Amino acid sequence: MVLSGSDKSNVKGVFAKIGGHAEEYGAETLERMFATYPQTKTYFPHFDLSHGSAQIKGHGKKVAAALVEAANNIDDIATALSRLSDLHAQKLRVDPVNFKLLGQCFLVVVAIHNPSVLTPEVHASLDKFLCAVGNVLTAKYR
Amino acid sequence: MVHWTAEEKQLITSVWSKVNVEECGAEALARLLIVYPWTQRFFDNFGNLSSPTAIVGNPKVRAHGKKVLTSFGEAVKNLESLKATFSKLSELHCEKLHVDPENFRLLGDILIIVLAAHFTKDFTPTCQATWQKLVGVVAHALAYKYH
Repeated sequence: MVLSGSDKSNVKGVFAKIGGHAEEYGAETLERMFATYPQTKTYFPHFDLSHGSAQIKGHGKKVAAALVEAANNIDDIATALSRLSDLHAQKLRVDPVNFKLLGQCFLVVVAIHNPSVLTPEVHASLDKFLCAVGNVLTAKYR
Repeated sequence: MVHWTAEEKQLITSVWSKVNVEECGAEALARLLIVYPWTQRFFDNFGNLSSPTAIVGNPKVRAHGKKVLTSFGEAVKNLESLKATFSKLSELHCEKLHVDPENFRLLGDILIIVLAAHFTKDFTPTCQATWQKLVGVVAHALAYKYH
């Protein structure tokens, strides 16, 4: 799976639209993921997962920052997220299936806040991008 | 047997009552074919699927999308008996259509995105969770008679 020129520009366009709301989107993505896929909570036994929790906000900010970083370095996501890739492989070891679940929730959040931005073409590009990020983060698992 | 709480049933029926089945169905199927282009493999006789614009404007895609979502409406009406409701359709998808059940999951995920874009803030996390559960059990019911 390769990101075409138009995929890259579609993704950059989405993140330009999201702008400063990325952190909120990150938190909302996590909240929706925990509500929709309760098994994902198993990775956060140490967190307060109630609505509006400071820990969800904090973690959402980190997740969003990583996605923004990947979008800003879309020609070489692997290098941009190399440290995070090591972290997921060695320490976090989140099962690969969960990246798709996070991706689905991020798409939902974008759809809710920017329905007109998420045309079918942009939807396709963003879905591919999120897959690519997931692939990078799990690339060193074995 | 899937268990639905009163709240879940309410969220399902209230969302469904506001869905334009023809529009939503057409959009969901078009997006499936655009976002996951390999799903086009089942629609060789649909004519022009060469671009997102062609797919969105394709009358066969619209018609089939409406058909699929109308059928999904049967799930909403029969939440307590999904396997029975979709038994014949499950056999059809296995024996005649040869559709990998993974495609039901993909379409379900796309439907969620379409609903999210349509309902925006009203598509609360609880609402999303309920509908994600529904599309999951419908996919399961459609796969149930596979052999």
